[in-house]
Amino acid sequence: MTMANENKDNPTIEKKGFNAWLNKRLPIDEFVNSQLIGYFAPKNFNFWYFFGALALLVFVIQILSGIFLTMNYKPGELTAFDSVEYIMREIEWGWLIRYMHSTGASFFFIVIYMHMFRALMYGSYRGPRELLWIIGMLLYLGLMAEAFMGYVLPWGNMSYWGAQVIVNLFGTIPVIGGGLVEWIRGDYGIADATLNRFFALHVIAVPFALAFLILLHIVALRQTGSNNPDGIEIKANLNNRGNPLDGIPFHPYYTVKDLFGVGIFLLFFCGVIFFVPTFGGLFLEKPNFEPANPLSTPEHIAPVWYFTPFYAMLRAVPDQQMGALLMTLAIVAFFFLPWLDRSPVKSMRYKGWISRTFLGFFVVSFIALGYFGMMPADGLYVILARIFTTLYFAYFILMPWYTRVEKTKPLPERVSYDA
Amino acid sequence: MSDNLYNSAEEVDNDRRKFLTTATAATGAVGVVFTLTPFIASWKPSERARAMGAPVEIDLSKLEPGQMMTATWRKQPIYIVRRTPELLAGLAKHDAELKDPKSEKSDQPDYTRNAMRAIKPEVLVLIGTCTHLGCLPKQHFEPGEAQLGADWPGGFFCPCHGSRFDLAGRVFNGSPASVNLGIPPHSFASDTKLIIGLDAASTTQGVV
Amino acid sequence: MMRSKFSPLAALMLIAIVGINFAEASTEAAAQCRGLDVKHQQVNNDIGNTASLQRGARNFMSYCVTCHSLKYNRYSRIAKDLGIPDAELDKFLVLPNVKKTDYVTAPLSASDGEAWFGKAPPDLSLIARSRGPDYVYQYLTSFYADAGSVTGVNNLVLPGTAMPHVLSSLQGVPDALRCNLAAGQPGATIVISELVPGVVGQLDSEQYIGFVRDTVNFLDYAGEPTKALRTSLGVWVILFLLVFTGFAYLLKQEYWRDVK
Repeated sequence: MTMANENKDNPTIEKKGFNAWLNKRLPIDEFVNSQLIGYFAPKNFNFWYFFGALALLVFVIQILSGIFLTMNYKPGELTAFDSVEYIMREIEWGWLIRYMHSTGASFFFIVIYMHMFRALMYGSYRGPRELLWIIGMLLYLGLMAEAFMGYVLPWGNMSYWGAQVIVNLFGTIPVIGGGLVEWIRGDYGIADATLNRFFALHVIAVPFALAFLILLHIVALRQTGSNNPDGIEIKANLNNRGNPLDGIPFHPYYTVKDLFGVGIFLLFFCGVIFFVPTFGGLFLEKPNFEPANPLSTPEHIAPVWYFTPFYAMLRAVPDQQMGALLMTLAIVAFFFLPWLDRSPVKSMRYKGWISRTFLGFFVVSFIALGYFGMMPADGLYVILARIFTTLYFAYFILMPWYTRVEKTKPLPERVSYDA
Repeated sequence: MSDNLYNSAEEVDNDRRKFLTTATAATGAVGVVFTLTPFIASWKPSERARAMGAPVEIDLSKLEPGQMMTATWRKQPIYIVRRTPELLAGLAKHDAELKDPKSEKSDQPDYTRNAMRAIKPEVLVLIGTCTHLGCLPKQHFEPGEAQLGADWPGGFFCPCHGSRFDLAGRVFNGSPASVNLGIPPHSFASDTKLIIGLDAASTTQGVV
Repeated sequence: MMRSKFSPLAALMLIAIVGINFAEASTEAAAQCRGLDVKHQQVNNDIGNTASLQRGARNFMSYCVTCHSLKYNRYSRIAKDLGIPDAELDKFLVLPNVKKTDYVTAPLSASDGEAWFGKAPPDLSLIARSRGPDYVYQYLTSFYADAGSVTGVNNLVLPGTAMPHVLSSLQGVPDALRCNLAAGQPGATIVISELVPGVVGQLDSEQYIGFVRDTVNFLDYAGEPTKALRTSLGVWVILFLLVFTGFAYLLKQEYWRDVK
């Protein structure tokens, strides 16, 4: 047998020289053996399982490019916009580093949305992975905060007015709202103080929190093991060594597979960076090439695309407070998924047509709302946004009902895999 | 090993596996180097820094004989002295007391590696940072100044660690500095217009 | 959120209402009356065309820089990127005491600009990014004579623009033809249907379009000086990644032969 985990099976294999010296002091081999080779992942992962590793890759890209942007970016009302143009024009390769970061922000959300859709489709949020899911949702929230504050930093006109609108959302909270908004801004409007504190949070606090949550996310994953497209537990069928029959060592099988995924991802990523870095105004909005101007609102204010589904919901409600509440609920609802889903099976492969329909509605609603959120709040768009908001919430609210009443397909003993 | 890995050793093409691993790793390594290059290059002086480091023009018409003026070029202090014929004459007299009288170990453009360390003998252009540890040597042009001794021919004295230089920036024996003061590239656009940072040979003025 | 909407049609109607005497549109003409919409016109400039960029730079330095700065662009960098020789670059340095490494500033101060035109002429280093090259092209090609305006001209894409038609010596000043959209109905909805040659300039219409295209091309460059490098480098990056992904795919296939 060619065995990738030979060392694990023959722990007595003798190490020599520097390797021995090193491993006596730092358990590198042991870590690799237990965490990569000794971690058995289901062998039936499909396309949708690339996005976890890719999310980690984007995180690294953002940290690396972010550190180098920080070296030349100067927070402050008078300096921020100029310093970004300085990076774009006068720092050697500054434009590339900046485009990496701005494109990385959008790709982070693309990857995360794919990753989350995977979880919805195959029931990865279900027990025993509830906490894994909740940590993931916290990561999503953290990412939203990180992206929002990062968007303010270039201090373009959209940065300014985006910050104005989003910060004012906190003003809808009863009683404390007004004071809270002033406290967040640290001034009577979005100002130097706001920009500087967002900078501090964006480059230090939130990235630390994200890194910590990512660690927890991976530790929790290692504890429960990965779900798979069939939504059955591979730990139910073990061989005589106690390893899952349907599992394969993460290394080398998934490391080489993910490497291929990384290649495909980078093709798209670099395609955008080098050929369409603004992505037609979706990734870098046109008004943000004008400096912040407190006296002139851009003709059409819309957040960056990854927030627009929630923004559309906000605008769909004629009442300001209710709109903000609904938007919050749209995100909070995700946290309750593990308990809303009462189906005897996890994966869409074995759920009934009602579940599939509702998931389909949900995805269509999310994309449609994302589109409406970018469009002007004209009559027809508002009405459509209301319809799709209803469908969006129906997915969550009706889940306890439709997952119980529908007829599910019988689960297989073992995962389905065709070599 | 889990039971779903079935290939026996004979079935695995180890050579192919090894080749592909090497090829992927090598390509990946090249990619990592490519990726890191822009990050490393971004630390080079930016266009702004280079624009500010562009040659500076100095008007010498108001510089009287025996006087010194200072300028800044690329964040370095530049000393410009108009030497009198007497001062120039004195330079040849103390070669024996100098560490590097012919400026062989010192740093200067080739066109100033001469007895007067200058293009025009009367105009001395120096980088005003001590070659010892980077303090600014002070001007002490009066020969025989009290604190520097009766045989002081006039020159520069560094207050930090006591390095002494003559009026061609050459370091005296007994100083902690071991080479002469540096000379920046410079040239004359006219009799009174000195350009610091530009060799006479160079034609790419200003374009950075 | 509230959004101020300003459609071109509404703009044209506004012009018409404020506007001046117009001929009574005949019913026959009204049947074909259609507002002129220039917002779909494309400049089709080519950032890789160095000769066009050089002409554009020359145009900018001759006609625009007295009022409009390019505060993020240096003369020396423009010369280097566009292959403009030193002697030519010297002609660009219109201000006294300007060094080649300086940013392109305008002699007109913001406060003077505000006093003279009612609005300080904006910096143009990012205009092609914040509005798009097409917008600048449409703006520069849609001036027309308007006796009701202070400057004697008005503009289709930016009605009430404070900028005089600086290029009128080249283009001349077109006249606007108007017609009634609501002919045969009570009330009148007057729109501009066509711009026709009025006062004649030095260039014919095709030459003028070329002049504007070069200038816009230069502003497109000025908005992102690394654009040409970006796209040419991109091709190599993609080719390299294809090789890497190819190897990674074969490697993955090789290992996955183990998995049954």
